[in-house]
Amino acid sequence: MNKIDKPAKSTGPVAQQAASDAWQQNYDAMIGEDKTVKNRSGIKVDPLYWPADDPDGDYGDKLGFPGTDPMTRGIYPTMHRGRTWSQRQLIGLGRPEDFNARIKKILASGASALSMIPCNSVYRGIDCDEVEPEILGTCGTILNTEEDMDLSLADIPIDKISIGLNDPSPFTMLAQMLVVAEKRGIDWKDVTGTSNQSDYISHFVANHMFYRLSLTGARRMLLDTATYLAEHVPNWNAFSIVGQHMQQAGATPAQAMGLTLSTAIQYAEDCKARGMDPEKFLERFTFFFDISISFFEEVAKFRAGRRIWNNLVTERFGVTNPRAKRFKFHAQTSGCDLTRQQPLNNIARVTVQAMAGILGGLQSMHTDGYDEVLSTPTEDSAKIAVSTQNILKHEAHLCDVIDPLGGSFYVESLTDAMEAEILSVIAQIDAEGGMFKAVESGFVQEMIGASALEFQDQVDSGEQIVVGVNAFQEDEDASARPILKRPPKEHMARQVENLKEIKAARDPDVLSKALGDLRKAAQSEDLNIFAAEIDAVRAGATMGEIVKVLRDELGFGQPLVVA
Amino acid sequence: MNDVMLAPARVLVTKIGLDGHDRGSRIIAAYLRDAGMEVIYTNPWQAIDAVVALALEEDVDVIGISSLATDHLLVPKLMVALNAAGLGHVRVVVGGIVPDEDEVDLLAAGVSKVFHPGAVREEIVTEVEKLAIAANKERPVD
Repeated sequence: MNKIDKPAKSTGPVAQQAASDAWQQNYDAMIGEDKTVKNRSGIKVDPLYWPADDPDGDYGDKLGFPGTDPMTRGIYPTMHRGRTWSQRQLIGLGRPEDFNARIKKILASGASALSMIPCNSVYRGIDCDEVEPEILGTCGTILNTEEDMDLSLADIPIDKISIGLNDPSPFTMLAQMLVVAEKRGIDWKDVTGTSNQSDYISHFVANHMFYRLSLTGARRMLLDTATYLAEHVPNWNAFSIVGQHMQQAGATPAQAMGLTLSTAIQYAEDCKARGMDPEKFLERFTFFFDISISFFEEVAKFRAGRRIWNNLVTERFGVTNPRAKRFKFHAQTSGCDLTRQQPLNNIARVTVQAMAGILGGLQSMHTDGYDEVLSTPTEDSAKIAVSTQNILKHEAHLCDVIDPLGGSFYVESLTDAMEAEILSVIAQIDAEGGMFKAVESGFVQEMIGASALEFQDQVDSGEQIVVGVNAFQEDEDASARPILKRPPKEHMARQVENLKEIKAARDPDVLSKALGDLRKAAQSEDLNIFAAEIDAVRAGATMGEIVKVLRDELGFGQPLVVA
Repeated sequence: MNDVMLAPARVLVTKIGLDGHDRGSRIIAAYLRDAGMEVIYTNPWQAIDAVVALALEEDVDVIGISSLATDHLLVPKLMVALNAAGLGHVRVVVGGIVPDEDEVDLLAAGVSKVFHPGAVREEIVTEVEKLAIAANKERPVD
């Protein structure tokens, strides 16, 4: 910042010191009792920032230009001025045909990428014919078979649209989609997108629902899949390292970023140990974060994260390829900040969160429906969420200037402070022997649990005001709340019947051979499990059957619960 | 003062069904423990039979079910199973994302209280204490 030309007159260091001292005196005299302000990451926030706060600031080292080291200002030379972020709304409800109808509408309303959320029964690895019917299809789409996937993606050009799959290990949705592409005559090289939930460590720690295989089993599954994809589906991002779950579970923004980067270091080391080349596999690393309403803190979190990742892959992995240094991330506005009270206020909250993500330089975004805290989002609220992005983009002109908050005395100082905080988290994890060991021992879980409780105490005590919850409460008319239409029971019953019919129509010998081969692949380190899994889908194996075989061989995913 | 319990309230905090989001249940467990209650805490995805067995074994007064993603729709089945096991005195509370129309069904099924997002520590602790005392009074004598 010192390089910014300032008027030559009375602004030398001595004059500036005198001026800032004078301001401090006036401030102290007027403010009365000044309260200590800290952000969610525990960083003390001053009332005013000015250039003297950053005497060593060097524009080139710390900021640079977009698309070049250290990437603080963005990972592409053009950023949102060239190509805006992908609007990737998470969608999933009911049957595959319900998903298909809904995704077509969402794409027509301006979304530019597709994101698939399966039913919770899929996350748990259980086919729909083995699930309590009350909870079937209430949170996502039932995707048990290749036929389900084909119906979900009917008329969708899967070779022309970026696809995000909420598809935890062992990646059955991806296997199904690749078989669908194959049957449609689509070259796998034209399939682009991301396995949004490949980060098993984040599931072990924080989003247990996605945690299907044991830690060691999931570790091998991910590496087998990454190896396979690098060869056969080169434009697919096998790695999405997820900070969202940990922040939603209570990690502060700085902790969430630090733990995510430590996880990425772990995966990069695992890939290297497999003989993969960091210059190549790091190109396929993507990240996934939560955006809280702590506006400046989130902007600084993303700017700091980009800089740390750039420097870290250079120092630890010797990477020189600029594409391998790009900190590409998807972000989702945080449902944790939304309130059940006065739910329409959530539209304002989501707007502020989305702004923080955009100004933080994201590549892809999901904005929450305002009613997520009441139920699975309704169609109307999902539309408002997409419109919010369009308004910010086109009416508020947030995309005109790259990194528009760069150079703000506060934002730069906060970016530095967040960077220091994040690096200290990474150092703690290094001292524990890396992320894998730090989650095995419960170290990370305890850190997150303590932060969750601390934040809740601040809300309970009123120190952190939440409008409508602990301040500005109103009597509300509950009947004005939106009501979610759940999938009709007969639809779900029909879906279960469909599955039974599909299962009955398979060639039992072909199926049993394919599942046997899958088992053998899991037993032998020399074979690739994901290759065998794709063969199993081709033979008609269901998601539940595949997960069951792999759980037998690789271990059931039981999270370590620290409470 | 005869409402004061001699032994600490015993509360099972758990999740049934498919979802694994446990920020809420962990915070509630800490609240109740801090308030002096005996908290039995489990992994998510408990089967209804497993919850009933644990409630019996641990002789709990209150069961807290945390639900984020529609798993509360299984609670009426839990209520039936508790009654069948002779645990009709055990009070059940549900906390999390529960739509208003579902709350009506849960209360009708015998759930004592539904806590929504925004419920605060004091309210939860007081209510659970009260329910534990009520459960204790109705506990069948061996």
